[in-house]
Amino acid sequence: MLTSICAVIGFPLLGATINGLFGWKIKRKAHWVAVPAIALSAIFALRLFSQVLAGHTFVGDLYPWLVIGKLHVPIGFQLDQLSVFMITTVTFVATWIHIYSIGYMDHEPPMGYARYFCYLNMFVTFMLVLCLANNYVLMFVGWEGVGLCSYLLIGYWYEKASAANAGMKAFVVNRIGDFGFMIGLFLIYKFVGSLQFNDVFAHAHEITPAMATIITLLLFTGATGKSAQIPLYVWLPDAMEGPTPVSSLIHAATMVTAGVYMVSRSHALFNLAPLSMEVVATVGAATAFFAATMALVNNDLKRVLAYSTVSQLGYMFIGVGVGVYAAGIFHLMTHAFFKGLMFLTAGSVMHALHGELDMQKMGGLLKKMPITAITFIVGATAIAGIPPLAGFWSKDEILAGAFVHGHKVIWFVGTFTAFLTAFYMFRLIFLTFFGEPRDEHIHEIAHESPPVMTIPLIVLAIGSALVGFAAILPHGGVAGFLNHVLASGHHVAEAAEEGGGVEHMLMIISVIAGFAGVGLAASMYLKGVPNPKTLGSTFKPIYTLLYHKYYVDELYFFLFVNPLVGGSRQVLWKFVDVVLIDGTVNGVAKVCGWIGSGLRYIQTGVIAHYAIGILGGAVILYWLRLLFG
Amino acid sequence: MGALPVYHYVGMGLLLFLIGAVGVIIRRNAIVMFLCLELMLNGVNVIFMALGRAKGSVEGQVIVLFVMAVAAAEAAIGMAIITSYYRTHRSVDADKADLMKW
Repeated sequence: MLTSICAVIGFPLLGATINGLFGWKIKRKAHWVAVPAIALSAIFALRLFSQVLAGHTFVGDLYPWLVIGKLHVPIGFQLDQLSVFMITTVTFVATWIHIYSIGYMDHEPPMGYARYFCYLNMFVTFMLVLCLANNYVLMFVGWEGVGLCSYLLIGYWYEKASAANAGMKAFVVNRIGDFGFMIGLFLIYKFVGSLQFNDVFAHAHEITPAMATIITLLLFTGATGKSAQIPLYVWLPDAMEGPTPVSSLIHAATMVTAGVYMVSRSHALFNLAPLSMEVVATVGAATAFFAATMALVNNDLKRVLAYSTVSQLGYMFIGVGVGVYAAGIFHLMTHAFFKGLMFLTAGSVMHALHGELDMQKMGGLLKKMPITAITFIVGATAIAGIPPLAGFWSKDEILAGAFVHGHKVIWFVGTFTAFLTAFYMFRLIFLTFFGEPRDEHIHEIAHESPPVMTIPLIVLAIGSALVGFAAILPHGGVAGFLNHVLASGHHVAEAAEEGGGVEHMLMIISVIAGFAGVGLAASMYLKGVPNPKTLGSTFKPIYTLLYHKYYVDELYFFLFVNPLVGGSRQVLWKFVDVVLIDGTVNGVAKVCGWIGSGLRYIQTGVIAHYAIGILGGAVILYWLRLLFG
Repeated sequence: MGALPVYHYVGMGLLLFLIGAVGVIIRRNAIVMFLCLELMLNGVNVIFMALGRAKGSVEGQVIVLFVMAVAAAEAAIGMAIITSYYRTHRSVDADKADLMKW
């Protein structure tokens, strides 16, 4: 099994290495390296999945990596229901994104093309390391690795200032979260004495509840950075500056799901800290709601999807926060399918319209690009929670979990957010694909994408439609499968059985919420009742607030960035650097200069003077010796 | 014929040294300065010899041999410098050799 695990990680690593070292020679054929690499990885992941399904799990070390005193960190892997679920999702979705990229990145210069595929492979490699690690340190390697790759890929068009800045923003915001994550790890090591998952979770009960709360809150800080939750979600919408398949990869398979995975992996710690669980669920609910409201008024195709991702990640955190870890991870998987799909369709639209993203200029694209439109509608229906598509099953599990575990407010916020989700998703559809074309020129140039792009769309659309049924497979479906690892949480199944009637009622309510959202969007953007424009001017303050994303970016700039930049400029630069450091260095040089210019008069160039000096010196020394010797 | 007391030798050595030193200081001609330098060395040599013999040890004589060897080497280099200096400047006036002076 270790061999297969190494193969899963090794193939993308090999692909990245080849494209990284020989990309200058491979150029346009880079995808012949990258795509087979990831596809082989996906095949091995599926093989591992079947083995785990048969009941074989694996924990073991490849070799010791760091041995410092008592700290022992191996390169070791843990393959259980949770990690195999993750890697299968990641490699499957990533494979189709790789294939899609061949078409999407068609117009790139040859060198950039190879660089792109190198990063893409590397991204998946690090995500797999993160998911398969059997200790926190190796997990952190993957954790930082995906951060690095996201920086590289968001800033892929580095000659564009906004892309370079967005890359930096993603990296810096992630670092803030990582800071908390690292301190959490240090505390775990201090109180448990090991960073191996098995040791930590076996000895978790030795940690005092207060310390467990601190540790889990710090870990969750890391998760808010990586998984774009309040207050560190700001990097994700800006990450749209990267190529669209990259957004798809970041949002679907790699990167943002890492936080949810980490919290689920650490469930033994989180279960000890009820307060932290509350915080996780509350932050998740707040993020889900606020991000959804921001998506309501945005006109940028990709940004709406980005806010939708933030919102859906909020759902996942509601799931893990209320203790239904399996539901959270299940939503992660279904979300990977439909969000990956929707980003790829958005990319297809962009590709057809030569980079146009403003929905107000689109309209009527259904006839021009039917495959894109239909697959997008499938994805949107899935995210809106319309049965029987994927999103319905997983979202419903989360909301039912929240309700059954007594988080009624969170359930209500979640359900309302489901309504908002359905609304903004169908607003997007109606503005983009239906109605009259609002810009003749753009409508003129629109065309369906080549098969290399549409086939991944179709595959992922089928996936989005069908993966939800995994919930009702025998042996408890996905939840039953994942609860081999995660069951130590609350007794989900029992609780659900107790509230069987309630469960159906909740299901009906969330379906109604979904349909209501779709209906409202249809009436507003197809019929114009009520007219969105008049509605916008009636509620102008709210509209402006939402349109400017609650001014959070401005607030962060005011609170953190400007003081930091100003402080660095005024204090660190103009005082510490210019006055202190430069002053010291220049001062030393100046003093030496003064002394030298005084002393140079001694050097007359007349040898007689030197000779007298030497002789006089000798006499004086002799005299001193007589005096004191 | 009784041996001269040792201070005679030391006094002569000192005299030689001082003549040499004054010569180095007051003369301009590099070759003359050079000769005076040799004189200083030999003054010191005489004192070494005399004191070494008076003490009944060979160390003084050994040092003199070293000084002579070094002086020979120094003479070769010094004369070479003076010769090449003369070639470029057509003069051996030490006061004019002030190119490195500020």
